[in-house]
Amino acid sequence: MSEGAPFTEEQVLRYSRHIILPGIGGAGQRKLLDSKVLCIGAGGLGSPAAMYLAAAGVGTLGILDFDRVDLTNLQRQLLHDTDDVGRPKVDSAAERLAGINPGVDVVRHDTALTSENAFSIMEPYDVIVDGTDNFPVRYLVNDATQMLGKPLVFGSIYQFDGQASVFLPGPETPCFRCLFPQPPPPGSVPSCAEAGVFGVLPGIVGSIQAVEAIKLITGMGEPLVGRLLLFDALAMDFTIVKLRWDPECPVCGKAPTVTKLIDYEQFCGVPSPPSAAGAPGTTAAPGEA
Amino acid sequence: MAVTVRIPTILRSHVGGVPSVEASGSTLRELLQDLERRYPGFGGSIVTEDGALHRFINLYVNDEDVRYLGSLETAVEDGDTVSILPAVAGGEHT
Repeated sequence: MSEGAPFTEEQVLRYSRHIILPGIGGAGQRKLLDSKVLCIGAGGLGSPAAMYLAAAGVGTLGILDFDRVDLTNLQRQLLHDTDDVGRPKVDSAAERLAGINPGVDVVRHDTALTSENAFSIMEPYDVIVDGTDNFPVRYLVNDATQMLGKPLVFGSIYQFDGQASVFLPGPETPCFRCLFPQPPPPGSVPSCAEAGVFGVLPGIVGSIQAVEAIKLITGMGEPLVGRLLLFDALAMDFTIVKLRWDPECPVCGKAPTVTKLIDYEQFCGVPSPPSAAGAPGTTAAPGEA
Repeated sequence: MAVTVRIPTILRSHVGGVPSVEASGSTLRELLQDLERRYPGFGGSIVTEDGALHRFINLYVNDEDVRYLGSLETAVEDGDTVSILPAVAGGEHT
């Protein structure tokens, strides 16, 4: 849709509560309709993020996930129905999103994100929403968005705790590597499959990611730049701590030493699968958060 | 001197499952030593064998990252809140 195109009658009604809302208005809604957002992972975080972004009228919504729906996903991943078990997640996600808002162009990326495909997949999008489930892809997404100059909406969950932030490209504002220069040793952080995850938790953190994406697109409010939101569902406590840009950061610092995408599984100490298909490098899975 | 230390879920098994504990000391290092005495094994999840902060763990005194204060020598005062932030990736690894 070209910039400044008039709203259709259907759009005026569908988006009326945004259009009358100070801070969004017709101009903000137009920005949403013209925007392109990529959700990496159609799992617990990606579900509410993608559903709210579709409802808000984001023009193009990319959904990246290589996985299929599993019965154990349904306790928290609201993009998928019981009948979807066994189907590719991008397919059930696309159907759910089209049901919420058929005006959204949903682009399915039924693949793992790798160092080889990350740039070409991310390039068309304005904002990247990270709902991945493992450290190699977290660092890959961070580095690729910094190198491409794309804003990244970060969210992460563990059992009852959530984290969210916004990483803008370039120096002076922190990125994920400024926050965690090194990943924890492999195996030291149990996965949700091992440790469990409170089903509503990604609903809250993923919704916060949708808020931040919409703020970045419309320019309203103060995005979570240089700030990290910590959410504790058991204590029902939201805390914000300051994030600092690290001038020594290997990606966004004054003298970057990582200037192209690397082998992130090696970086994270994850042994590469012996017979991984395709070129060597990161083939880590996005998705399940 | 009592400082509140907020314990993230991933480390709560060390402290009997509670979300926060009180600790005493005039620096962060003393606080962690106090916690290690009371909850053996807790300190090792925060500090390396060489006595430095793990790079995948962030500590905040109130809302300031201690890496930009005095690291483990950061002074703490009665009423301060220390938050521990471990890197967590997200959900299931398939």
